Amino acid sequence: MQTKNERLKEQVVRMSGVNPLKCMRCGKCSATCPAYDEMEYHPHQFVYMVERGEIEPLLNSKSLYQCLSCFACVERCPRNVEPAKLVEAIRLVAIRQQGMNHMTADDIPALLDDDMPQQAIVSALRKYAK
Amino acid sequence: MQRIGVFVCWCGSNIAGTVDVKAVSEALKNEPGVVFSTNYQYMCSQAGQNLIKDAIKEHHLTGIVVCSCSPRMHENTFRKTAQSAGINPYMVEIANVREQCSWVHKDMATGTEKAIILGKAAVAKVNLNTPLTPGESPVTKRALVIGGGIAGIQTALDIADAGFPVDIVETKPTIGGKMAQLDKTFPTLDCAACILTPKMVDVAQHEKIRIFSYSEVTQVKGFVGNFDVTIKRKARYVKEDVCTGCGACTEKCPMKHVPNEFNLGMDERHAVYIPFAQAVPKVATIDPRYCMMLKNGKCGLCSKVCAAGAIDYKAKDEFVEEKYGAIVVATGFNPISMDKFDEFAYSQSKDVITSLELERLMNAAGPTGGTLLRPSDREHPHTIVFVQCVGSRCASCAEKGKEYCSKICCMYTAKHAMLIRDKYPDTDVYVFYIDVRTPGKNFDEFYRRAVEEYGVHYIKGMVGKVTPEGKKLKVQASDLLAGEQLHIDADLVVLAAAIEPDKSARPLATMLTASMDTNDFFTEAHPKLRPVESPTAGIFLSGTCQGPKDIPETVSQAGAAASKVIGLLAKDKLLGNPCVAHSDEMMCNGCSTCERVCPYGAITYMDKEFRMPDRTTKVRRVASVNEAVCQGCGACTVACPSGAMDLKGFLNRQIMAEVDAICK
Repeated sequence: MQTKNERLKEQVVRMSGVNPLKCMRCGKCSATCPAYDEMEYHPHQFVYMVERGEIEPLLNSKSLYQCLSCFACVERCPRNVEPAKLVEAIRLVAIRQQGMNHMTADDIPALLDDDMPQQAIVSALRKYAK
Repeated sequence: MQRIGVFVCWCGSNIAGTVDVKAVSEALKNEPGVVFSTNYQYMCSQAGQNLIKDAIKEHHLTGIVVCSCSPRMHENTFRKTAQSAGINPYMVEIANVREQCSWVHKDMATGTEKAIILGKAAVAKVNLNTPLTPGESPVTKRALVIGGGIAGIQTALDIADAGFPVDIVETKPTIGGKMAQLDKTFPTLDCAACILTPKMVDVAQHEKIRIFSYSEVTQVKGFVGNFDVTIKRKARYVKEDVCTGCGACTEKCPMKHVPNEFNLGMDERHAVYIPFAQAVPKVATIDPRYCMMLKNGKCGLCSKVCAAGAIDYKAKDEFVEEKYGAIVVATGFNPISMDKFDEFAYSQSKDVITSLELERLMNAAGPTGGTLLRPSDREHPHTIVFVQCVGSRCASCAEKGKEYCSKICCMYTAKHAMLIRDKYPDTDVYVFYIDVRTPGKNFDEFYRRAVEEYGVHYIKGMVGKVTPEGKKLKVQASDLLAGEQLHIDADLVVLAAAIEPDKSARPLATMLTASMDTNDFFTEAHPKLRPVESPTAGIFLSGTCQGPKDIPETVSQAGAAASKVIGLLAKDKLLGNPCVAHSDEMMCNGCSTCERVCPYGAITYMDKEFRMPDRTTKVRRVASVNEAVCQGCGACTVACPSGAMDLKGFLNRQIMAEVDAICK
């Protein structure tokens, strides 16, 4: 039986496409991060904690929203680990877990509007669905 | 009809664990031509070989099949065994039932089935084998060393000391290579020039060594023992045998703002120049890109001041052709370009330098006379940041830098940090490292001394970015152990740039048909057991052209390459490979297809007179193979539209017989 953290790790790794095992622990992501001082968990810790399956503390940390998504860490990582994509994936997990289902599939027909691309509604559904 | 013996090897449990060896030897007993079949624990052992010899004599065998490991492993062993028992070594076939069978299959049934099939194919081939005799070729007792750095110098000296003549081809005006640019060497801190220049002089004075400086290899033909090499001697516009190296021309030349490549562009030289004081040969060279006389015919000052009359503006590139028995590649390395690493501001600030540039800044013969000064304002730096692994250990998908560890950076950075702290104790030195890698005799002790005795601040973490601000360089970095982001105002930032093989290596490898890896390092014949030989016969590897190496390692490898060359040159004759292409002149239609596909230039066409059935004669154009040059690759046999080309030992009908045996 998978623990909650294991399940979350699997989800984060799948959504982000990031393999945390590629990290060689050089810390260049955290060295380059402009939001470092605001964050409780720093980019390199995101990578390491995902590798260890410690997703819950990350989910509950404000650090998630202090990442500017500037992608400096992605650009400069020598091993192409892409830490910002991990942060983004965990944000998505947080959004999905909060149960903020703004709509159900039944609501969609009423929302259809000639001016609005249908894709926007579909993606909104996806974002808030469990 | 052949009388064939089959010998199935267990290879301990390597084969016998997955292949029922007894079943294989039983099954092969009934194959056409087979008169004897057995199995044994270790066929390659002395006892196993004796078993084969005895069987050959007892059963009057004319050919044998050994079901064992890859022919790369023991084909030679069993050929010798057969020869000593009186049958032609080319009557031996190996069925690879280890690498291609037991090691790749998991269950006994499939493993055994495949082993029997492979054995049948080998039997079918031996039935059509004919005895072959290798041709002999003479050995030219002269070696060529390409590259005149410490690797090339050491190899050349060692070969020459054994009594064989050696030529060194160096593309720069002087030999010496990268080591000549270094200040001190780790871990003993002796000065690079003090240990290198005596060797350079030894090379110059050695009666068996010729130096072709300012020269390049442009063409290589031939094969082991008999290479024909064309060397381009670039026009240096100074007669090498007349110039005394007095330097009068280099002082008077009015073109004095040429970036000095020896000091990595950190100062300037004249258009006519001698790279450095201990250059070998100590001869001036005119740089045609800057010389006014060569560019627009005005000036001529150097020829006026030259007392020896050595200046020759009309000089042309010359081509020398020479024969060699062996070729040693020693083309060396360069630091990679820092262009793709914008975050370190290398192109924005003069005070961000590479480690090789720092070597020149600390060298007494360098642009600052050995005083460590910032390149921008010539002031003493008080805070210096070293960044390790710049471009080394990068993921290949990151598309900048190299995947490998450059190996030498940890040690030379410890050296730099130590030397700076020793000479300028008021300087703060930070080294940002990912790992400190110091395997080597006295290496870790050396690094620990930098930390413990010289107070160098080693920080586990990487520098994220460097921003020039006023006179300072703002360094933002990780301290992973303290869990902090550091901000350091530095005066000088030194990047330990990854090293890569010299750009000349790739075209040279093509000329030599020597293989390279994806990083353009030359591949060795065996990573453990044949580390200084290329898989291409007669080509040897010395120094960093084969992989990152420090000086002690380079020198030992250079000596190893020399001993291999000496072993080759000491032979009077080489036995060739008898498995070469052969053209059936009666079938050849003279189309030239084989000539075009031959990668070795072994095929030529000639007009030959033939007697026709009606007693007339007819002149026809037919292919002819130079058996000494042919490497037996078989490209021509595939390309030949009329089926005239065939490869001895791998005749088309032999291959078809194998296929038939497999498909039966």
